[in-house]
Amino acid sequence: MLRAAWRALSSIRTQAVTQAPVLGLPGGGCAKLLSVQRDLPSRPGGLILRAARGYATQKPVQPSHEDDPLPSMLLKDYQDIPGIEKVDDVVKKILSLEMANQKEKLKIKKEQLMKKVVENPKDTGSLEARILNDIISTMFNRKFMEELFKPQELYSKKALRTVYDRLAHASIMRLNQASMDKLYDLMTMAFKYQVLLCPRPKDVLLVTFNHLDAIKGFIQDSPTILHQVDETFQQLTETYGGLSAGEFQLIRQTLLIFFQDLHIRVSIFLKDKVQNSSGRFVLPVSGPLPWGTKVPGLIRTFNHKGEEVRKAEFKHGGSYVAAPKEGSFELYGDRVLKLGTNMYSVNRPVETHMSGASENLAAQTQESIAPNPLAKEELNLLARLIGGMEIKKPSGPEPGFRLNLFTTDEEEEQAALTRPEELSYEVINIQATQDQQTNEELARIMGEFEILDQPRRSASKGDDLLAMMDEL
Amino acid sequence: MFRRERSIPLRGSAAALCNNLSVLQLPVRNLTHFGVVHGPSAQLLSAAPEGVPLAQRQLQAKEGAGVSPPLITQVHWCVLPFRVLLVLTSHRGIQMYESDGSVMVYWHALDAGDASLVQAVFARGIAASGHFICVGMWSGRVLVFDIPAKGPNIVLSEELAGHQTPVTDIATEPAQGQDCVADVVTADDSGLLCVWRSGPKFKLLTRIPGFGVPCPSVQLWQGTIAAGYGNGQVRLYEASTGTLHVQIDAHARAICALDLAPELLSAAEDTFVHIWKLSRSPEGGYIEVEHCHGECVPDTQVCGARFCDPSGSSFAVTGYDLAEILRFSSM
Repeated sequence: MLRAAWRALSSIRTQAVTQAPVLGLPGGGCAKLLSVQRDLPSRPGGLILRAARGYATQKPVQPSHEDDPLPSMLLKDYQDIPGIEKVDDVVKKILSLEMANQKEKLKIKKEQLMKKVVENPKDTGSLEARILNDIISTMFNRKFMEELFKPQELYSKKALRTVYDRLAHASIMRLNQASMDKLYDLMTMAFKYQVLLCPRPKDVLLVTFNHLDAIKGFIQDSPTILHQVDETFQQLTETYGGLSAGEFQLIRQTLLIFFQDLHIRVSIFLKDKVQNSSGRFVLPVSGPLPWGTKVPGLIRTFNHKGEEVRKAEFKHGGSYVAAPKEGSFELYGDRVLKLGTNMYSVNRPVETHMSGASENLAAQTQESIAPNPLAKEELNLLARLIGGMEIKKPSGPEPGFRLNLFTTDEEEEQAALTRPEELSYEVINIQATQDQQTNEELARIMGEFEILDQPRRSASKGDDLLAMMDEL
Repeated sequence: MFRRERSIPLRGSAAALCNNLSVLQLPVRNLTHFGVVHGPSAQLLSAAPEGVPLAQRQLQAKEGAGVSPPLITQVHWCVLPFRVLLVLTSHRGIQMYESDGSVMVYWHALDAGDASLVQAVFARGIAASGHFICVGMWSGRVLVFDIPAKGPNIVLSEELAGHQTPVTDIATEPAQGQDCVADVVTADDSGLLCVWRSGPKFKLLTRIPGFGVPCPSVQLWQGTIAAGYGNGQVRLYEASTGTLHVQIDAHARAICALDLAPELLSAAEDTFVHIWKLSRSPEGGYIEVEHCHGECVPDTQVCGARFCDPSGSSFAVTGYDLAEILRFSSM
């Protein structure tokens, strides 16, 4: 069984390695595969001797037949032919495993094993997991974080969109303009919702901690990235942990200025009734109070000696309850606040609606009047920020993983054409600093491709040797 | 009971600030002026009694060094003995205009001084006291400007040191009688209230300590201080002694605006506006508070509220992201 498993796994590696140039995996992905291959011995002679010694001293291992495919199953090469189900029974029998040799049975078994490995949620090799890893490690990259933590003014909408664009392309994932716009709108409205509904200003920090907690859940198997996120947590605590309530109020008010006049309708919010059809968020007049606020309704009167002389109640109109406890600001702890937790923990559709969002046109055009002589200063800030990001460009001709946030490609195209003018984001292209980096990056990736050949050879060598062993 | 009147549309929505509505009543001309901060600009408009908008004007924060246009923190009309000035405070400085906003008569740039890199520098808190205009600063200092009866010859008369944290709001009332009584109250982010007596040299009379919660809005009327806090409480103090008279658990979120004339109006981010009747009890001389009316502005984080007439029979409200001024009047 061990041998069969080894063969199955080595064939997976072989297949993954052969796929690398086609998908255009970034340099980082290649490096990971390389480390896997390093386990194989490079000298064929040594392998034969070791294997032979192993066979001499150990009991022979019998392959297990428990997960064997059914004898009636068709040969792998004939499974996907359209109309194969309709052929004659006799033909089916000839093409089935019953009439085939061990090799064919193994082929199918390998395929099933591979499927199992890929479907495993802990599989860190799958495309989605890799993309998440790339994006998160870019976001929490030390240089990038250093720039973010420098005291600076609120970014303009244009600048933030540029940074976001770069971040989304830090993996092999690609989105075209329409899907990118939709993703950005979704992010903006979700964050607006979280900031607006914070019961007290300091809860903005708890929302951020909720974000980090969720991110840590995505990269549990990558200790390096986990460490980066924990370091960022430390930095957040150092920078913001000691701020006063008044300072947090200023932060929250400034953030709300960024979100002013954005009323894009998000279907998940509309469905959950947290946003109404005008695009405005629902502010409930019930529920838990912020930590430190008492239930409204009491009027206490004191005399000049400080003694309470009267207690009266009034009807305040809402139906609030006191907060059960304060959310934790520690590295691990119950945040209590639900704002900032994963809104897609239950499978939900991703849709945003453009129509009806063009209120206050005048206010928005104010923002886009760019002849600001100090715009250059902002570009410099941006360049430093983006320069701190390790961008992985796909080296192959084809993008590896294209994300479309619409139901069909046609819908995506249509959305790009009909997007209202005032909501189009002009992404700033910062070429100057990136070109040099791009060339260096490409050169490095090209260099790594050459090393790739060797492991492939030794893998097939190992395969051949095992085949020889089988016949012993 | 109050009923909703016709709203006045705004060119730009109101920003999420505190005290984000200033009202200048001109009963002689049958006009009401409204001032609302949008962000980097402020909007002034005048309306007839029924709420019909007549004229409007936008003022920008004066540019200074920096990457993005500066944000305005507050706009407020200052009624002085011989003139009315409109004052605008921002993250760059203090701008003073003629009451219709047509001409800027004075500009005071903020000196960042020894503000550390992480501190925000701004002016906030505006009030008129006699022929002085008081403006608060991020440092806790309060600048006192001496305003001549006419002309631009405005002079910085004094810098008051009473607060250690950024000033949030200033309230004043005309000095009563010959006695030197308290007529200026300043509030800050730590909840501390300083009570002053105005004059050629301002005198600090008493301090009312905070309790770790900011005091974004304060009012002063007939010797009573009304202070609204970040935890939704409204407290009434005796101005001369600083004694606490009444504590109301009034709102579920931070209070953003108060007005006092003679009723007390409180507005908070919990979407509610409450009106309270104040009276002095005959026996003990202490203040009694009675809740008169509560109004819910659905799904709106209120950021400003003011009475529109001296008797308190009508009031106006602004909310974050709302491009209109809501009006209510009693039936």
